Amino acid sequence: MAINNEVLEEILLPYPDKVKKNRIKHIVRVNHEESCQQIEANTRTIPGIISQRGCAYAGCKGVVVGPIKNMVTITHGPVGCGYYSWGTRRNKARADDKTPPEKIYSAMCFITDMQEPDIVFGGEKKLAKMIDEVVEMFHPPAINICATCPIGLIGDDLGAVAKAASERHGIPVLSYNCEGYKGVSQSAGHHIANNILMERVIGSGDGVKKPDEYVINILGEYNIGGDSWEIERILHDIGYTVQGVLTGDSSYEEIQNLHIANLNLVMCHRSINYIAEMMEEKYGIPWLKINFIGIEATKKSLRDIALVTGNESFIRKTEEVIAREEARILPAIEQYRKICTGKTAFAFVGGSRSHHYQHLLKDLGMEVVVAGYEFAHRDDYEGRQVIPTIKTDADSKNIPDLDITPDPELYQEAHVHLNLSKEKYDEICNKVQLGYYEGMYPDMHSGNLMIDDCNHYEAERLVQELKPDLFFAGVRDKYIAQKMGIPAKQLHSYDYSGPYAGFNGAINFARDVAHALTTPAWKFITPPWEKGTQTGENHA
Amino acid sequence: MLECVPEGPVEHTIGKINPAKTCQPLGAMYAALGIHGCLPHSHGSQGCCAYHRMHLTRHFRDQVLASSSSFTEGASVFGGAANLKTSIKNIFEIYNPEIIAIHTTCLSETIGDDLPTIIKQSEIPEGKRVIHTNTPSYYGSHITGFSNMVKSMVSYLAEANEPVKKNQVNILPGFVNPGDMREIRRIVNDLGVSMIMLPDTTNVLDAPQTNRYVLYPEGGTTVDEIIDTGNSKLTLALGSFASEAAGAMLLEKCNVPCISLHTPIGLKATDDFIMALKENFGVDVPKSLTIERGQVVDTLIDIHFHYQGKKVAIFGDPDIVIPLTEFVLAMGMIPKYVLTGTPGSRFEKEINEMLEQYQIEGSIVKAEGDLFELHQWIKQEPVDLLLGTTYGKYIARAEDIPLVRVGFPILDRAVHPLMPITGYRGCLRLIEMISNTLLERRDRDATDEDYELVL
Repeated sequence: MAINNEVLEEILLPYPDKVKKNRIKHIVRVNHEESCQQIEANTRTIPGIISQRGCAYAGCKGVVVGPIKNMVTITHGPVGCGYYSWGTRRNKARADDKTPPEKIYSAMCFITDMQEPDIVFGGEKKLAKMIDEVVEMFHPPAINICATCPIGLIGDDLGAVAKAASERHGIPVLSYNCEGYKGVSQSAGHHIANNILMERVIGSGDGVKKPDEYVINILGEYNIGGDSWEIERILHDIGYTVQGVLTGDSSYEEIQNLHIANLNLVMCHRSINYIAEMMEEKYGIPWLKINFIGIEATKKSLRDIALVTGNESFIRKTEEVIAREEARILPAIEQYRKICTGKTAFAFVGGSRSHHYQHLLKDLGMEVVVAGYEFAHRDDYEGRQVIPTIKTDADSKNIPDLDITPDPELYQEAHVHLNLSKEKYDEICNKVQLGYYEGMYPDMHSGNLMIDDCNHYEAERLVQELKPDLFFAGVRDKYIAQKMGIPAKQLHSYDYSGPYAGFNGAINFARDVAHALTTPAWKFITPPWEKGTQTGENHA
Repeated sequence: MLECVPEGPVEHTIGKINPAKTCQPLGAMYAALGIHGCLPHSHGSQGCCAYHRMHLTRHFRDQVLASSSSFTEGASVFGGAANLKTSIKNIFEIYNPEIIAIHTTCLSETIGDDLPTIIKQSEIPEGKRVIHTNTPSYYGSHITGFSNMVKSMVSYLAEANEPVKKNQVNILPGFVNPGDMREIRRIVNDLGVSMIMLPDTTNVLDAPQTNRYVLYPEGGTTVDEIIDTGNSKLTLALGSFASEAAGAMLLEKCNVPCISLHTPIGLKATDDFIMALKENFGVDVPKSLTIERGQVVDTLIDIHFHYQGKKVAIFGDPDIVIPLTEFVLAMGMIPKYVLTGTPGSRFEKEINEMLEQYQIEGSIVKAEGDLFELHQWIKQEPVDLLLGTTYGKYIARAEDIPLVRVGFPILDRAVHPLMPITGYRGCLRLIEMISNTLLERRDRDATDEDYELVL
């Protein structure tokens, strides 16, 4: 059920010339016979197009820094941005032995609520006063301040307000100039957040690694629906110590001590690859791209990690855990797999999930025939080898790359971090590629489509042409697909289910997908009095 | 839950903690969805449009389509004129709406884009329309944005182009659910009065599943109907915060008199609504409505002991909270705390007058408040029931107080947008929800020997 070029041409026909010329570069019909198929990504959204994209603020506050559970995050701006990003991304957080419940601010929303006079005369005083009151009332260990669109325009100096507040109260106050107009999507906000966390937080802790521990960080995992808890469960069972998760259920102190890890794992490449790379440059800690979405993907990720440790005990324990988990979940999943197998799907999400979920869907016998990211870069599609060839433009240049140099005290060669001899390390590097992500492309079959920043019109037309069995996207597109008769699941919020990661997640996902496909209501759409008439259609 | 919240008293004088309002553009987008064949357009960076669409979709669980000017840093520095002109061209070519309803954002307002001029310079196909409203997020709330958009619909489109006024009424329903608009329409139809509802999101945000997708659903006030509002004999502005501005504009522009009423939530507000139609259109109230009303009074008398004397905290949008407080008082309950996030001294004045009338003292009433404040009050003196939006659920859990979900938004329960709280049927639904919730709590807390079959 692949789409041919004529149909694609016909779909793009109603576009004005300029739009067509632009959009055609964002659509790739995968053909593995061809070499170096290139997709355009991370460029401006066309004005007037109903895009799925959000803004830099959403990427910075909403995605990366908002989930840090024991930081009060103050949104500096009018009421909306902070309000919409309050409790809507399902980053779960809980108290533990280091973070008591009274230091968890995840269910709270702090906004300076700028009014007209603040726009005219500046909002710095208001922000400073709000920080003072918040410190007095809540005594947070640290504070984030996130900017919204007007801040950069009126010239409020967030850095100065943060610095003064930090001195007044003796706690870290971090500011992020993540105004919504920066960059072309959420992606700019990820980068801004990565820079500040790297510059100000990571490495500032005094934690030390216990000699018998093998310490791992999971970067780019936001604990949506409890995903990170499931991943940590498995890693703990194997015997690893998870120091920190960026940023799902994380605390400020955990992030301060990320630098004590032996190895960084990267889950969402798009939102966190900057920190992975910068930690490698500064501390020498190697990173490994993993994917815990899907049974086979989880198994491969666990085996890759074990291989990288070069530790026989981890390798053995990994196989034991895999065998135990599979024996438990494969029979449970079978009933759902029978329903799902042979079905096709579209996936339009984020900057990693449209790839990650292809693995889980494959486990269930499903194929993703059209996939795209909202805010990814070319490397998320084509692999990191293209990074040197990506041209910077006016939009991407505005987010600076930090100048990172090796830490004089803490930098060590990768093999030292991994407790390996140089020879053993080199041997392992031949088997597992560290510091690399191959992108979505190798996992897409020839004839299927990769679409960057897919918009409402393209999605609608492709659904009409290809009639997929399932549509995976965000809440804004879910009901459009369903009105067209296609069951749809939210892959940002999991339709409020989860976890979907790891072994337990695979069962949850399989059950939810099977339910979406089989819910009896799909058979009741046509009223009995319209059956057999021209207007009546029976989906079933 | 919310262990971080201090026991108080605290000094919270600036900014909002757990706000009870959101920004203007969301309301403007919702209003614009109530025009048939309309694509709402957000003139700002695309994140605003994304957030508003998500938020509305979560409440209505139905498609919300809107486009954005997708500002980048360049547009923010040099102005958004080029982005808006390109948007208008692309929208008409690709999405072919009858009308584009543009609202601004804090970004385009701060840089001062002159929308009327930009629209004038844009290519607009023959027979198509582009309207706009200014919705700076740093003033008012989502209710202000709704009000501004409805006012702009009138100022752009309404015309007094008939020699005499038609025997029809303009109903401005305000920011309520399509289920409420449907119920208000049913009451007006039952009274036999011809009407134009503006805006009207029925069959847009409560559209049925048919497997036949359309970009512009069947519902919504048509452009012709909006034009014709200028020829109506009377406007009923339901809810002063959301509807009065458009009503005033209809008077000013088209000489249509306007009566401002409460949103018809509760017995008295519904009575007032029906009486206004009866008196101005000389119609008889049909027996069916008299029966419905009688059923409400019968129920209130029958089960007053389920709720009378209970203390309640009410929060949400002003046009809903004001008549809801009025009804709760009629039920014999005590509105201990009444709060809206939307600014406006009129809110406090109206509620305080009601409390005075029922001789209730010691209540706190506040406009432009937030839910952190409400939580602080509750910590000082608790209530038996919370009546408001989904955002009350954290306080409900932290303080173990039951919550009845009413208003906008309700993000964690379904079916609400389809079920009215307006009219007499809405009264019954409110009584049922309040009474059942309190009884569930009584059953939950009862010891075995106090757990009874009949209540």
